[in-house]
Amino acid sequence: MTGYEGADLAIALINVILLGLLFVVAIAIARMRSLFAIVMLSGIYSLISATWFVALDAVDVAFTEAAVGAGISTALLLGAMLLTSRTAKPEKRSTAIVPLLVVIAVGCMLVYATIDLPAFGDPDSPANTYVGTAYIERTPQDIGVPNIVTAVLASYRGFDTLGEVGVVFAAALAVILLLGFGERSLSATIGRKDKGGRG
Amino acid sequence: MLEFILERGNYWAIIGLMMIGLYTLFAATNLIKRLVGLSIFQTSIILFYISLSRIDGGTAPILYGKDAKGHGGGHGEEAAAAYGADAAHGAADAAHGAASHGFEHVYSNPLPHVLMLTAIVVGVATLAVGLAIVVRIREAYGTIEADEIRDMDLDVALAQYAEDHPGEANPA
Amino acid sequence: MSQKTDHHVILRVVAKPLIPIISLFAFYVQFHGDYSPGGGFQAGVIFAVAVILYALIFGIAPAMRAVPPVFTRSLAAFGFLLYAGVGVWALIMGGNFLDYDALFNEPPGGHDGQHYGILLIELGVLLAVAGSMLSIFYAFAGRVTEIKDEDW
Repeated sequence: MTGYEGADLAIALINVILLGLLFVVAIAIARMRSLFAIVMLSGIYSLISATWFVALDAVDVAFTEAAVGAGISTALLLGAMLLTSRTAKPEKRSTAIVPLLVVIAVGCMLVYATIDLPAFGDPDSPANTYVGTAYIERTPQDIGVPNIVTAVLASYRGFDTLGEVGVVFAAALAVILLLGFGERSLSATIGRKDKGGRG
Repeated sequence: MLEFILERGNYWAIIGLMMIGLYTLFAATNLIKRLVGLSIFQTSIILFYISLSRIDGGTAPILYGKDAKGHGGGHGEEAAAAYGADAAHGAADAAHGAASHGFEHVYSNPLPHVLMLTAIVVGVATLAVGLAIVVRIREAYGTIEADEIRDMDLDVALAQYAEDHPGEANPA
Repeated sequence: MSQKTDHHVILRVVAKPLIPIISLFAFYVQFHGDYSPGGGFQAGVIFAVAVILYALIFGIAPAMRAVPPVFTRSLAAFGFLLYAGVGVWALIMGGNFLDYDALFNEPPGGHDGQHYGILLIELGVLLAVAGSMLSIFYAFAGRVTEIKDEDW
């Protein structure tokens, strides 16, 4: 039996600790009302999951999650929070029961679905046997780049990545269309500051 | 039985996290809190994909040691220096069934890594668009609580209806 | 910005040497993406973070003077075009779209086309992601705060 016995005990311990931390942070986010605390905790959530990605051998993903999730998203959420409000309204106890029931039902169905999933770390699982292995085998001959993730991202699936870059560019355009370029409103901000208002 | 649970405990924990995100998305009325819930949900799905791509005894999908020297055109030394720690050596036998194809080391499946890497970047782009819309909602309505916005819309609609149909009773 | 912010003096002194190092690290990540974790996406985000850090500590107006919003917008568009341009280059050389082996018409087994192709498109990703993230940040940060002090 492959699976858990093959895995290092230390890795298993790290998994448990990091997942526990993720649970604590997620529950705190769900219960908090101060938006500032929520935004900061979401950055911490990203950072902990980045650590977990390292334990799962996904170093590129960990790097991205740490830079994007904990860096840029937190900055953007803070910027949006400055422009909107600082606290969230408390949820009504009477209406909170419906989402809870929906969430429990969905969770039970998903857990039922995991019974058929391959074991954690199984090298013979369908996801790990066909195309992923082929990329590992062929990268040295085809691309000649040691980092297989870069090879797949930039070469084998370059068209895919072109689409992702297009999505990021389109999102920047959408934000600019919604909020303005930034310079014009900036001059208004500076004008306000001269009059003694806050920027 | 215990083994079955241990092999799938990760998935269940991730589903739990996913459901906490979904609950935040559902129950919160504050739009920014909803977006944070959405990003928890998204991060949990990324965690799920990455945990599917892990292979026991495997290492990060960067060729090193003999694997990189054999074909990489002399570029392997840097990678070998960066990843010199031979973490995979001892446990490599465990996974020889599927993942060894003339390679010295066992590597995790790189495909989910690539997909999730781009998903994270696209996720932050869509989050930015969502936040921009929230900022505009705040400027138009003066609030970012979903139920207050709904009440305001309802009031406006009722006033409009009363204007269009004078003399009729309130439809509500 | 003004003399009033003097209690941030440590922050500013620490940030000043740190910001060039962060930018340098972004380029390290970019050009070592073939051999170690990293690549255009991460490098672009790190580069954007360096400018955002500057904007947070020294104010948004000096940041906009250093890296103008017009520049970031053009950077995003140029990056995307650079990426697509490599694909068109491959088309012109008789290959498929984004088929790097066709770039230099090299015999099978050569990796020059792949190396330069990946280098160029990663550069395109870097410029597009850094430009887009900075444009998004400027759009949020440059907006007039309508919220009143009493609401805080």
